[in-house]
Amino acid sequence: MTDILPFLKSLISVSGISGHETPVAKRIEEKWRPLVDEIGLSRVGSLQGLKKGSGKGKRPAVMVAAHMDAIGMMVAKIVDGFLHITNVGGIDARVLPGAPVIVHANGEELPGVIAMPPAKLLPESESSEVIPIKHLLVDTGLPAYQVKKKVRVGDLVSFANEAMELAGEVISGHTLDNRASIAALTVCLQELQGKSHVWDVWAVATVQEETSYLGAYTSAFQLRPDIAVAVDGTFAKGPGANGWQTHPMGKGIGICMGPNMHPFLHKRLTELADKMEIPWFLDVTPRHSGTDAYPMQVTREGIPTALVEFPLRYMHTPVEMVSVKDLQRAGRLLAGFIASLEENFLEKIVWE
Amino acid sequence: MPPFGNPQLTLLERLCNALAVSGDEGEVRKIVMEEIEPHADEIKVDALGNVLAIRRGRGKKRVRIMLDAHMDEVGFMIVADDGEGVYRFETVGSIDVRHLVGKQVVVGKDHTPGVIGGKPVHLMEGDEYTRKVPLDSLRIDLGLGGKAKIGDRAGFFTKFRRVGQSIMSKAIDDRIGVATLIELIKHAPPNLDLCGAFTVQEEIGLRGAKVAAQYFDPDMAIAIDSTPANDLPMHDGSENTSYNTKLDSGPAIYIADGTTLHDQRLVRFLSAVGDAENIPYQFRQPGGGGTDSGAIQRALAGIPTVSISVPHRYTHSPISLARMDDWKNTLHLLHAALKKITPALLATR
Repeated sequence: MTDILPFLKSLISVSGISGHETPVAKRIEEKWRPLVDEIGLSRVGSLQGLKKGSGKGKRPAVMVAAHMDAIGMMVAKIVDGFLHITNVGGIDARVLPGAPVIVHANGEELPGVIAMPPAKLLPESESSEVIPIKHLLVDTGLPAYQVKKKVRVGDLVSFANEAMELAGEVISGHTLDNRASIAALTVCLQELQGKSHVWDVWAVATVQEETSYLGAYTSAFQLRPDIAVAVDGTFAKGPGANGWQTHPMGKGIGICMGPNMHPFLHKRLTELADKMEIPWFLDVTPRHSGTDAYPMQVTREGIPTALVEFPLRYMHTPVEMVSVKDLQRAGRLLAGFIASLEENFLEKIVWE
Repeated sequence: MPPFGNPQLTLLERLCNALAVSGDEGEVRKIVMEEIEPHADEIKVDALGNVLAIRRGRGKKRVRIMLDAHMDEVGFMIVADDGEGVYRFETVGSIDVRHLVGKQVVVGKDHTPGVIGGKPVHLMEGDEYTRKVPLDSLRIDLGLGGKAKIGDRAGFFTKFRRVGQSIMSKAIDDRIGVATLIELIKHAPPNLDLCGAFTVQEEIGLRGAKVAAQYFDPDMAIAIDSTPANDLPMHDGSENTSYNTKLDSGPAIYIADGTTLHDQRLVRFLSAVGDAENIPYQFRQPGGGGTDSGAIQRALAGIPTVSISVPHRYTHSPISLARMDDWKNTLHLLHAALKKITPALLATR
């Protein structure tokens, strides 16, 4: 198995905040181009790679979607050289004070830090508890006149801490949600190079999952797959997270069931995981799965959808954490699943 | 004037990137010893770990002056093993817990990488996100099976960087003072005996400075530190009148802080040198906080003491920010002042 870690590290070193995914899309396109037969962008910027199946005539198609966008921030206001920010996607303001960031200012990348203003400069009611994002400021270290010249309201601000390799083949950094899934999908495409598969495969790196699921809705519409699988992170057990929604990191992948998932696809995936000796756990989502499975399921006349996951610690913080082994497991299972799709698989998808 | 440029910034970078949490200052001590060894007449490491160096001048009637800069920084100590690479920790020195969630750290002598994580925003209930995460809910996570020892020190993982005229780093408080003192020992004027005290445990009660002053028994002392610049905009756009110090305004001379009324002769002297030499300076707004001067001034039979600081923003946080020019002007003001010091300075009232 090829080592996916260097690619994953390079993926999280390029920006791609929701609505502005071009830099990361280019990086993924470079990697996927030799692995697929056709590749291009959707009208709204999702990257769509087609790997053709071996079936004759009009082949059925499976879409595997992983979102490539990242949560981040945006400049809301500039005061005396300091930048007020607002969030893009769900961010807990408590992770921000002291975080290193990059301000993307008209092609220039300005390093900065998110400052928590001293208590005396804040309203008394807000000075001793959590400082809301509206009071936090980005300091670029540049004099006010230069900031005024370079930075505009609406400029993006992304997390800037470098990825860290930790013990036990674990990587930590920002934006592993969901670049880790892009890495898993890449492992899947690499695995498929040596396998024969009847079905066409659309590997899709979707845009704007964190804000509106725009990419998954629109690519599922355009590509009209017969079935769809989303890849995303789920909550790993760890400090601060031990509820029923959480699962151990590094000990296997999640195969999700719930209203966004078709039970037959779920069954096929779990049987296959057992057969391939890939450790897995059942992840249940009683309502909205919070992933691209949610939009894809209701596109067109409705699409049978599944969700493959890996546990991720500290989701939506700059120090997200995943086990590289879990990503490889997810990639292998996806490839095995695709290769297992027989010509008449669609006829087998039935409701009990 | 002592030189100021890349070699000085490189020295500061090495000092800032070293980890030296109060009580475990070895990494910085090593750099200090290397740097001053060729220039000092005497160097000793005392019972607490202070580096105490003397560079003697020439001629008679030399003033014996103690210059102090603390080597330690705020940080953490690993206090319990929760298993599977997850550890509990305590803070060492004054750290606002609101700076800890979602930060990268290094642990122990090998600088083992780890993180302080946070709960996913998706799993929060009610108004949880408006409440501080208390220290006892935070953990240092070294990955699956990562190893640390109880008692290991840990600190923020932040690499020193230069951005335009600014420096962004952890531990600017007080590595910038340590670097200043190293440069002053290297370029000490001959009219005095310079007693350099690189102290330990300033952040947990000025403990190194106390014994350093008792050892040196100097005629006078200057604590060289770094102080907060709270010069950010007020939330409502009104004038910020509680800035403590401002960046770009030069070294901050202390008049009064939480522990010390600084020696008026030395305060007047330092500002007069700044005026005469055209070196910008500012007075730190009288208020709380403190430096090693709080311990030095009351040592022995009393030691006339003043403090001077390089201003920096975001004190005791993962990333502080200072200006190169403020540091240069601090170094130059101190050097100019040392040259002019005579015993007559303390003969006045």
